[in-house]
Amino acid sequence: MTISFEPTEASKAAREHYRKVAEEQMRPVSRKYDDEEHTLPKEWVDWFWQEGRHGGPRPTDGPGDGFIQVCIQAEELCWGDAGLYLRMPTPALGGSAVSAAGTAEQKKKFLSPFREKGGHPIWGAMAITEPQAGSDSAAIETTAELDGDEWVLNGTKIFCTAGEGASTVEGGFVVVWATVDKSAGRGGIKSFVVPAGTPGMELVGTEHKLGIRASDTATLRLENCRVPQDHLLGSSAVKKKDPSKTGDKGFKGAMATFDASRPIVAAMAVGVGRAALDFLLEELERQGVRVRYDAPPAEVTALERDVMEMEAELQAARLLTWRAAWMMNHGKPNNLEASMCKAKAGLAVTKITQKAVELLGPLGYSKKLMVEKWMRDAKINDIYEGTQQINQLIVARRILDYPSAMLR
Amino acid sequence: MIGFDPTEEQALIVETVSQFAQNEIRPVARECDESGKLPDSVLAQAHELGLVANALPESVGGGGERSAVLGALVTEELAWGDLAIALGILSPALVALPVAEFGTDAQRERLAHYAGESFVPGALALQEPRFGSDPFRPGCSAERDGNGFVLNGSKCQVPWMDGDDTVLVFATLDGRGEGFLVSRAADGLSAERERNLGIQALPTATLSLDGVRVDADARLGGDAGCDLSRIVTQGRVALAAAGLGVSRAAFEVARDYAKEREVFGVKVAQKQAIAFKLADMAIEIDAARLLAWEAAARLDAGQDALREATLAYDQVRRVALEVADGAVQVFGGHGYIRDYLPEMHLRNARGFASFEALALV
Repeated sequence: MTISFEPTEASKAAREHYRKVAEEQMRPVSRKYDDEEHTLPKEWVDWFWQEGRHGGPRPTDGPGDGFIQVCIQAEELCWGDAGLYLRMPTPALGGSAVSAAGTAEQKKKFLSPFREKGGHPIWGAMAITEPQAGSDSAAIETTAELDGDEWVLNGTKIFCTAGEGASTVEGGFVVVWATVDKSAGRGGIKSFVVPAGTPGMELVGTEHKLGIRASDTATLRLENCRVPQDHLLGSSAVKKKDPSKTGDKGFKGAMATFDASRPIVAAMAVGVGRAALDFLLEELERQGVRVRYDAPPAEVTALERDVMEMEAELQAARLLTWRAAWMMNHGKPNNLEASMCKAKAGLAVTKITQKAVELLGPLGYSKKLMVEKWMRDAKINDIYEGTQQINQLIVARRILDYPSAMLR
Repeated sequence: MIGFDPTEEQALIVETVSQFAQNEIRPVARECDESGKLPDSVLAQAHELGLVANALPESVGGGGERSAVLGALVTEELAWGDLAIALGILSPALVALPVAEFGTDAQRERLAHYAGESFVPGALALQEPRFGSDPFRPGCSAERDGNGFVLNGSKCQVPWMDGDDTVLVFATLDGRGEGFLVSRAADGLSAERERNLGIQALPTATLSLDGVRVDADARLGGDAGCDLSRIVTQGRVALAAAGLGVSRAAFEVARDYAKEREVFGVKVAQKQAIAFKLADMAIEIDAARLLAWEAAARLDAGQDALREATLAYDQVRRVALEVADGAVQVFGGHGYIRDYLPEMHLRNARGFASFEALALV
């Protein structure tokens, strides 16, 4: 082991590949699908399904950057467009949940369609949030009751990313969190795979948002929605008398998927922040303004000071992200580090993009250019996948060695 | 391949230094700050660990293992013990490392002196006592004079401990910053002990150079000179690491206090206002450390690292002050009292605003 910041050749190749994808496939339609909020970005989705998902460099065998390479991919594509990234036809967070908590059969059944050649684009999604339960995900009220050999789901889910595609296009699925026993609290919360088009799952609508407008953020209603018994993630044998004591990993297992997804969200954030910072630096260069790292302290301009802080903050966020990913490569628990990188990246890019709009003046504010969009896109990173405050809370509990009952 | 683990050898050294900081430096830190004196016995013990000698060439009795990454790791641990004592312990590097890197053969002969049996402090004079002191373009001047140079100007924040007769002075020669090995007893050189806001245990001096004449062979690197930008870069990595040590110490003391102190029937740490402040401290310290490591790794790879070192050091300057101030705040009124450590951390942390090349990796 050694301290090193030199990516492997495979990581570098991945960065080049996805940067090209971002430049050629995403940027040209970026503004269009920001303006046309609820339109399916067909060129992008079709290209990704037919070519993109097969074409990327795969991590090589032997020692490598592993999960860091996934973060590099997310950063590059979100440098292209974060909304389009979220609209990619992939299993997405639903897939993360299946991978983390599902049985071998479940993984094969629900994930393999995403790898099959041909067919049409499909999506996966995860539905946790409800109208009255956001950060407090243990307070969800959607219920799951076992009726014969089927689970019956009832409730309403909101803010479900990719929820339109995942709930309506055959072949996709939504992982729905529901409680099998309200009195059991967290212990009663389980996740269920609901295939697209299942009767009783209804797409109510999609949100009008500040940013990431190309992403279909859906409201789903579940009304006597029936799925087979083996669609409970992680469990093939449910004890009927006490369904809260199933063999699955339950709430904790589901929460553990955040340790894997937070570094990716942080990497996505870094991509958006870098888009704005890159543009700012290019514009400064066009204007003949150079940032000096050896300027006499008394002569450093306010602009140089701002830009240097933006650069440091972005790189700090990126390195925290890579560290959390590197820990996953080595099987080290990364709950603390995943929350650290997410908290840092979400806030850093929110500030970086807002500062970029400020420094660029009318150029920053104009919709002729993209900086104002990146500012809007960046903000979501400080909210979803655990708000800034939820991640601060997790970090605080870890560093203080407090159980959640001690610090709420 | 990207990695965040020190090598086993580095980890072992860090563990040793951490123990030393805990057992030898911390017990005397407050007393040294109050008395304005460095603990000679601790400096001597630290010298036996060979931290500076390890980085010097084997030909002069050193370990031949100079590494900016290891330097950053060690500096953080020592500064976690106490900043002033850490700067004292590492002061030989201020002369030894630039001489080892840029010195002529004749100049390098004196390195054995720093790798020898007893502790020999170092003195480097870069900063100047005026607004806008520019480390890259010293206001202090060097003029050619026959076979030598004449130096004029003033310097400050120069570590000035007894035990050596040399100070490495940076002055502008032909528009470039160059180093000169000057005898502390040279005619025209006078030193006045400073009193500082922090690092009170470290003796520092303001120097006046009034027509100080040195021979040609006093110029660091001879006719080839030195690369002052690289020295400043090494200083920024070292000081970033030192700032992280101070930050970590301040964070830990605040965290521990918050877990002890009761308020409204619970521990202070159970209040989100305090818990979130501590969380932010932890995040910022880790983030800034990775920036410092990245700059150090670039130096070790022989790459230019001025940008990375500057960004890392600027970040640490912000973080150290924020964290130390936060520690005072977590302690409330007690944070203001000299019976507790936060006020000392705050005074030390503010120093990074002006420190340049006060430590090197």
